[in-house]
Amino acid sequence: MTASEWRGVPNLVRRHRQSLWLRRLFKALTWLGVVLLAILLYRIARQGAGWVDWDFLTSFPSRFPVRAGIKSALAGTIWLIGLTALISIPVGVAAAVYLEEFSRPGRLKTFIEINIANLAGVPSIVYGILGLAIFVRGIALGRSVLAGALTMSLLILPVIIIAAREAIKAVPQSLRQGAMALGATRWQTVRHHVLPGALPGILTGVILALSRAIGETAPLIMIGALSYVAFVPEGPMDGFTALPIQIFNWTSRPQQEFHGLAAGGIIVLLVVLLLMNAAAVAIRHRFQRRR
Amino acid sequence: MGPGTEGVMMAPESTATEKTPEESLRETMPAPILETRDLSIFYGKNEAVKKVSLPVPERRITAIIGPSGCGKSTLLRALNRMNEFIADVRMEGEVLYRGHNLYGKNVDPVEVRARIGMVFQKPNPFPKTIFQNVAWGPHINGLVPRRDLPELVERSLRQAGLWDEVKERLGESGLSLSGGQQQRLCIARALAMQPEIILMDEPASALDPVSTARIEDLLFELRERYTIVIVTHNMQQAARVSDYTAFMDLGVMEEFGETDQVFTRPRHERTEDYVTGRFG
Repeated sequence: MTASEWRGVPNLVRRHRQSLWLRRLFKALTWLGVVLLAILLYRIARQGAGWVDWDFLTSFPSRFPVRAGIKSALAGTIWLIGLTALISIPVGVAAAVYLEEFSRPGRLKTFIEINIANLAGVPSIVYGILGLAIFVRGIALGRSVLAGALTMSLLILPVIIIAAREAIKAVPQSLRQGAMALGATRWQTVRHHVLPGALPGILTGVILALSRAIGETAPLIMIGALSYVAFVPEGPMDGFTALPIQIFNWTSRPQQEFHGLAAGGIIVLLVVLLLMNAAAVAIRHRFQRRR
Repeated sequence: MGPGTEGVMMAPESTATEKTPEESLRETMPAPILETRDLSIFYGKNEAVKKVSLPVPERRITAIIGPSGCGKSTLLRALNRMNEFIADVRMEGEVLYRGHNLYGKNVDPVEVRARIGMVFQKPNPFPKTIFQNVAWGPHINGLVPRRDLPELVERSLRQAGLWDEVKERLGESGLSLSGGQQQRLCIARALAMQPEIILMDEPASALDPVSTARIEDLLFELRERYTIVIVTHNMQQAARVSDYTAFMDLGVMEEFGETDQVFTRPRHERTEDYVTGRFG
């Protein structure tokens, strides 16, 4: 439209064209990601679907592919993630609450903030070394599932803290002021208004962080999680293996059957991940409806 | 933090000897329940409130008017120590409640806020039920036993003129109400704390004219039992609802007097310019 009677808006045609092409580009890039993911899932499903059955879930690993299962790895992952969640969620949320609601601005706070941001970018293998030095040897937890969970907690704490801080920041200031003006203490304000408001965001961060932990292999290998385990951990001090280690183990074998097993293991890992996400969505939904 | 508290309500104003109108005002005015003495408030280096000495007469409505940015909200928030959440705020001078400095060493700000209520510019009900909105303050402060909360909630909502509109839906979210209703819910929330003093920071500026009128009617009903300080940039509102008016400009309290006097016979030129709409 070049209505010359009007004042005339410069470059209108060019700007519209730019908008249109960028829109197409963004759409294509979005689909690229989706399609790649779909191909990946399809290949894994085709390769591994035949291997996933009840026996696969309830058998220990074996030299013979037909008899091999992931019982110990699945149990180890559940133990590992459960303990990691128990450790990292309270610590991470408490740290976020402290930094956002209680700490006073100053050099110490800036120092802590910069450190947390940097820690989020540290390669996971470094956490493995740290875990080996501190938990496995330092306080002599051995190659236990507890040592693994503590290492994993260190790994994901920065992510949880950063996500929880953002969620807490997003709670309107007017809500805090309303509560404080009624004679609430900081803690009462946090407990009754800030945390409930921030919960959905905190949960999202926690799930993202735990999803990262569930797929991590390097730090577990570093702290010496076992790769052949024919038992299920019965306590936090027991040895363990985890799904990604088992998958890694199987993929590194020459026989074709083990690659199928690895694909089956990936399917199980994805299902566990989806279940965790579904649980988080359910909790979040329930919490939002209550308000 | 200035000199110690005398514990005297009608302390002689030695600095104002030449101003006879202010002295005569002090004689006719009820004793101030709340009073600032040479109160200065700084944001960093910027002095937002400059040596303000504002008396707040008991069981009257005191309006603070003035152009945007004149420091009236800052002054109001100093009265219940709500400025403390803003980083980099510094204060000089005193705020006296019945002669006691609210900023004294052994005064707990939580207690100050529990006893001096506040209503904000934008309605800010909690994302909880209507009942919980009103009951929360008294509950966390342990003012009444749990079984008495329903009675207190009803009384507070009645006082705020909201009961008939919400009595069937106390379990619904406070956010489901209209803007005007939300603001009355916030007033009910403040009233439930059984305060002597309620501070209101432009409580009707975010509301439509009908809701504003309801809030103003409500102020009339409340004035008999409460001391109210209301900040407003709406001069008609100040003239309609208040007994006393303070005019602030650039952080300085230019004038304080009976509302009639301030609006019809202002003593300062700047006040006259403002109330007649020549600036602001």
